[in-house]
Amino acid sequence: MRLLALVFLLLLGAAAPASAPYAVVKPGVALRFPADHGAHPQFRTEWWYVTGWLKTAKGEDLGFQVTFFRTRPPIDTANPSAFAPRQILFAHAAISDPATGKLLHAQRIARQGFGLAEAATGDMKIVLDEWRMVRRADGRIATRVQGRSFALDLMLAPTQPVLLQGQAGYSRKGPSPAEASHYYSLPQLRVAGTLVRGGKREAVTGTAWMDREWSSKLLNPAAVGWDWLGLNLDDGGALTLFQVRNAKGGAVWAGGSLRRADGRMTVLGPGDVRFLPGRRWRSARTGATYPVAQVVRVTLDGKPRDIPVTPLFDDQELDSRRGGGPVYWEGAVRVPGGRGYLEMTGYQSALKM
Amino acid sequence: MAAEASAALPPLAARWLVLGEWRAHPARVIIGALAIAVGVALGFAVHLVNRTALDSFARAISTVNGAADLQVHGLTPAGFDEALYPKVARLPGVAGASPVVSLAARHSDAGTPEFNAGNGRQRITLLGLDGLRAASVTPSLIGMPINGPGRASGLDPDAIFLSRAALAATGKKPGDRLSLTAAGHSRSFTIAGVLAGAGEDQALAVIDIADAQWRFGQLGRLQRIDVRLAEGADAARVEQALAAILPHDAEIVTARSEAQRSDSLSRAYRVNLEMLAMVALLTGGFLVFSAQSLSVARRSGQFALLRVLGLRRRALVAQVVAEGAVLGLIGAGVGIALGYGLADLAVTLLGGDLGGGYFPEGTVHLRFPPLAALAFAALGVGVAVLSSLLPARAAARAQPAVALKASGDATDPRRQPRSWPGLALLAAGGLAALGPPLFGLPLLGYAAMALLLAGGVAAMPFLARMLLAPLLRAEWPPAIDLALKRLWGAPGAAAVALCGIVASTSLMVAMAVMVTSFRGSVDDWLVQILPSDIYLHVEGAEAGGLDMAAQARLAATPGVGSVHFVRQMPLRLSPELPAVILSGQPVNAADPGARMPLLGDPVPVPAGETAAYISEPMGWLYGLAPGDHVTLPLASGKQRVFVAGVWRDYARQFGAITLDTADFERLTGDASKTEAAIDVAPGASVSAVTDALRARLPDQLRSQTMFAQPRQMRAMALRIFDRSFAVTYALEAIAIIIGLIGVATTFSAQTLARAREFGMLRHIGVKRRQIMMMLATEGALLGLVGVIAGLGLGLMMAQVLIHVVNPQSFHWTMDTRLPWGLFAGLVAALVSAAAGTAVLAGRKALSADAVRAVRQDW
Repeated sequence: MRLLALVFLLLLGAAAPASAPYAVVKPGVALRFPADHGAHPQFRTEWWYVTGWLKTAKGEDLGFQVTFFRTRPPIDTANPSAFAPRQILFAHAAISDPATGKLLHAQRIARQGFGLAEAATGDMKIVLDEWRMVRRADGRIATRVQGRSFALDLMLAPTQPVLLQGQAGYSRKGPSPAEASHYYSLPQLRVAGTLVRGGKREAVTGTAWMDREWSSKLLNPAAVGWDWLGLNLDDGGALTLFQVRNAKGGAVWAGGSLRRADGRMTVLGPGDVRFLPGRRWRSARTGATYPVAQVVRVTLDGKPRDIPVTPLFDDQELDSRRGGGPVYWEGAVRVPGGRGYLEMTGYQSALKM
Repeated sequence: MAAEASAALPPLAARWLVLGEWRAHPARVIIGALAIAVGVALGFAVHLVNRTALDSFARAISTVNGAADLQVHGLTPAGFDEALYPKVARLPGVAGASPVVSLAARHSDAGTPEFNAGNGRQRITLLGLDGLRAASVTPSLIGMPINGPGRASGLDPDAIFLSRAALAATGKKPGDRLSLTAAGHSRSFTIAGVLAGAGEDQALAVIDIADAQWRFGQLGRLQRIDVRLAEGADAARVEQALAAILPHDAEIVTARSEAQRSDSLSRAYRVNLEMLAMVALLTGGFLVFSAQSLSVARRSGQFALLRVLGLRRRALVAQVVAEGAVLGLIGAGVGIALGYGLADLAVTLLGGDLGGGYFPEGTVHLRFPPLAALAFAALGVGVAVLSSLLPARAAARAQPAVALKASGDATDPRRQPRSWPGLALLAAGGLAALGPPLFGLPLLGYAAMALLLAGGVAAMPFLARMLLAPLLRAEWPPAIDLALKRLWGAPGAAAVALCGIVASTSLMVAMAVMVTSFRGSVDDWLVQILPSDIYLHVEGAEAGGLDMAAQARLAATPGVGSVHFVRQMPLRLSPELPAVILSGQPVNAADPGARMPLLGDPVPVPAGETAAYISEPMGWLYGLAPGDHVTLPLASGKQRVFVAGVWRDYARQFGAITLDTADFERLTGDASKTEAAIDVAPGASVSAVTDALRARLPDQLRSQTMFAQPRQMRAMALRIFDRSFAVTYALEAIAIIIGLIGVATTFSAQTLARAREFGMLRHIGVKRRQIMMMLATEGALLGLVGVIAGLGLGLMMAQVLIHVVNPQSFHWTMDTRLPWGLFAGLVAALVSAAAGTAVLAGRKALSADAVRAVRQDW
């Protein structure tokens, strides 16, 4: 469940027409690889979403996020122009550095075409100007992004098989079966590469998590925001937790999964996941208040267990209002026995679709 | 104490000397200062207006361009292949590349265009943008959706964003529908918002690039790529790399080259106007000279006394020059204020180009430039100081003993005035006229005019004697005889009175002859190039007009005898110069002069070569003559054509090339037409055929198409001509009025100074009536001499304007024509003004008691 993709749909004015002939997410469609690593242009939106922790040579802990989105605007497909916006690609990257105390971020956006912006089908190969995310023959994923204040050049090596979320990759997001996505994750990615900050290049290593999701209809009309948590556990396990919130702060839907180090998989439903607000942090920048230290009550094997979340630092808020975007919080977090990323949206104002 | 006093006048004495003189003759001071003020005001106003117009023009350009670091432009409106776009985007050093479709559009609710130059308001520049790319390259071109961010977007094919100027021009508001026609296609949009960053000047509309390509027939083509350079990238290296991958039908444009282009667009016109304003200042200088000479002559006794008391010559010179400087300072101050007001008025009434037609679009905002104001003020003071220098030195040179005894004309009438300084200046002027243009401007031509003027004025005493000599031999009544003798005996005084009038008359005559010649030549040319009965023009059709089917339908219209279709398109041959017009029209190879006003005979075209006929300005600007070759960057590749002839053209100052229709279609691959000349069949009615033709036009072109008859077109062209010269006429009139005022003040001053002489005449029995007669004759003769000298000098200067200044600045030639009526009027006005003033002044001088007048005159 990734906010930027929705925002990005919104920006492109693509939210309205339901009549566009998009492919529909259905249960029982088996995912096939490497084809499903590639793009699914017939669906309305899709993302390749990498979050993780990096360690520099000096031992600093940093959070990072690299995301590529694809969306298909509802345009007249009869237009033969090579500029016809059949697909739009968008990419976003951010670094969470406790020393800076806020996020550094950068983005790219372009309509697909001319070899300048392409999301290939068949395997993972996304190009957006000089930004890249390409899966190599050996299965490793190379990604490169460059912004004004930083650049990342990382190699992500899978250490575990693909994790199919929901029912074999069919993941529900709301009470209606149509509110769903095809969803798989690549947790426990081993990261090595370089980070450039302030013109200085340094080697980094770390652990990351990739979410792959594509859908044509995601959100329930009652939803105003959501919380999403992806955690790489120290013992090799992978825990996914999310909730979609309504205006009163209650859950419209919730879910997740736990895959233990030995590969045993537990799918969590709406009754198994509850987000309990903990310490709150108020952003002076936007006035929004975020429960930055939530406690997630997860019912596993019939037993509730509380997982307290601690942020790497409080101000991991992103204010993209100047570009017409939303205000949200996305940052590196710790839990006892694990680390990962938390995304919280709809706290400054409800997300209007 | 004495030694100190001799070095310079003590301040109090200096002030007393100046103020005393000014209090005694306030009118003369006012006239002198006013002359300077008018000169400074005109110069400053013209400069202000030019600068303002240029600024707003540059702003308009940068508005359309969205302030990209550099751009790739198509050389023709057909643009270039879009395959260039990814290549440019991938170049090292390029941080962002934004592809642009740019079309000249009309909004369809504007009604049928009228056949005149004022339809710029209906024109809108339509840009097709990839909003996602433009956001980082040219953010000012991104529309702000009126419903707030997030609703309508740049991707919506129905959305159009307008600049405020375009909203004003169309009279629409966001949310309305707007129909646009461009490149022969019409399409309507919903106004989704405003281009907030686009400024107020430019009528701009922005739609999505994909829709622009599809709906306006531009698939696969771009007219422009805007480029943002990476931070720290070397612009020159990027330009170099860009040049290496550029196709032949595209060029690199930077803010620098664009500014140069817009500068050269109107430079000659602006420089000419500024020169005219300078001429007004120069005339003012002559008036100051007259005034100072008189005042020095009148005070020669005072000065002699001061000299006897020990004042040094240098101090005396400084005193007189300081007087001039104060006069100049007052004049300059008034002039700057007046000039600003004048510029404001001119801009409001006539527009930024003073009616010259160079800046057709956009509004103008006047600003006060302190540096330029200072420069013009300094110029005014400088002219006043220089004009005072000569009289100052004359005062210093005078023998104190002689001057103490008698005032007035101290020269010996038996001494022949020197002729060589004047003749030398005239000769120098003639030589300067032969010089080449400097920096593309006829600076030597203007220098020649200044030298001729100076020479003419310097030769005035000599010339006055020469003109009067034959009259002296005849027998005259005493009054007239006295007048003749007086003028003959004191040519220096005559020259002082005359220099202002000679200067202004000659300048006016020069301008008038030039304008008359120009207008006559343009009129003849219009008759030559408009031989048909009906003309049709598709407005804003640079990227496509009448296709083959439409041409066939038009040609088959009942009542049409024959049709000559013409295709015109702009073509950029040089990044520094505005585009030339390439036209394809039927050319009779055996007699190319049949439908073209050829200058000289065409040269035979070598076998296998394509004949091109270039316009006169084209030949000047690109150094081309018949027999040369010129390479045209066309869509089909670089094409070498043979220059077979040169034709006269007053319409396209930056050049035009004509090819035969068949050659044009072969080289450009473009068979559409934008113009047609129609001859009606014998007996058919022109208006009926026009209606029939209009009915047969394709629907989408009907609103874009104008019809006109040669008579209307000639009238329109001459109206534009007169409008663009309106300012010239105004400047001339001002110069002549200054001249007349000068003659009046000078002459009345001289007359008043001669009260003692008149008293003497009365004593020896000359009647009052006879003295009046004498004065009237003197005045008339003086006026006549002035006007003859002015006419002669003016005719000489007109030749410089016609044969040097015009070809060098506008690159066209003309045949001399003389405005006889104006000459006659000028002679009558000047002679009667001079005689009238003399009589009026004489009446005043004679009113005093004759006895007292003899005893004392100051």
